[in-house]
Amino acid sequence: MMNVMRLFGGRAASAPVARERLQILLSHERGRSGAPDLLETLRSEILSVVSKHIDVDPDKVVVRMDRGKFVSMLEVDIEVPNGVQRSKMVAAT
Amino acid sequence: MAKVLVVTSGKGGVGKTTSTAALGAALAQLGQNVVVIDFDVGLRNLDLVMGAERRVVFDLINVVQGVAKLPQALIRDKRLENLWLLPASQTRDKDALTEEGVKRVIADLKTKFDWILCDSPAGIERGATLAMRYADEAIIVTNPEVSSVRDSDRIIGMLDSKTVRAERGERVEKHLLVTRYDAGRAARGEMLSIDDILEILATPLLGIVPESQDVLRASNVGCPVTLNAANSAPARAYTDAVRRLMGEAVEMVVPVERKGLMDRLLRRRAA
Repeated sequence: MMNVMRLFGGRAASAPVARERLQILLSHERGRSGAPDLLETLRSEILSVVSKHIDVDPDKVVVRMDRGKFVSMLEVDIEVPNGVQRSKMVAAT
Repeated sequence: MAKVLVVTSGKGGVGKTTSTAALGAALAQLGQNVVVIDFDVGLRNLDLVMGAERRVVFDLINVVQGVAKLPQALIRDKRLENLWLLPASQTRDKDALTEEGVKRVIADLKTKFDWILCDSPAGIERGATLAMRYADEAIIVTNPEVSSVRDSDRIIGMLDSKTVRAERGERVEKHLLVTRYDAGRAARGEMLSIDDILEILATPLLGIVPESQDVLRASNVGCPVTLNAANSAPARAYTDAVRRLMGEAVEMVVPVERKGLMDRLLRRRAA
């Protein structure tokens, strides 16, 4: 019965869906379990280096990792307000 | 030089114990001295799958705690004289296993055997981490199914971080063993294919064990499938896998299920 139905119905293959769901899920999970605090560590260290020289809003520093099959992309996004003020610390030295 | 191998998966019910028994027997059939250790404390089953359940007197915990000596706890296979079993305890809980104790037992076994196969319990708790702790190589048993692949990925991460080798900055060599594979269903896009699994897990393939009645029949009678049905497709898959472990280059065959003519015609047109 199943075969007869499939003769006419032609159900879409589900394996490609499984594959795609797994790839998305695992790229996410690997980032977490592999180096749980890596991004947070990078973010805070980058923030501390940059804020030595420029006043930045800590909330406007975004560090992201996009994991690809062969290479991964580390993206650092720092929003700097217009009319940049050099931080006092640097100005003092 | 003795090799310590862990058979692991994360997910339960994918065929760790069955595979440990079959791989252990296949190695012994090729003349190697083999011991298989059951790490599933409280839920031992390797003894049952190997048909030694009525011969268990002492177990791994007894040896770890010094209640019994290692030779008292080792059970020799009735069919293969160079295959031995170290059973798990059925009554204790998993906390009875200590890292130090396991280390001692494995060091002792290394002087007596060529291969030490550790059958890991499911999960990522103490039993599973202890089973992989001293491994030189790992066999990750995976079914072509999303939850199994996800858990395998997790276990691969643990093999790269929680083993003694990983902590020393060395590698645990990993091998993927895909079990319960149905080439026909994979070809029709109903099941993850070998290529899908390899691409996702990025781990070298050790073997493909087809879904087969012979596997269940073997565990029903308590005899590893490589002994119980030596010419069956799963037995050949396990034997090929073992040859690869021993360093032989064996061509990877994707086992194809034989189908009736009508079934094939219908399926071909449906696909």
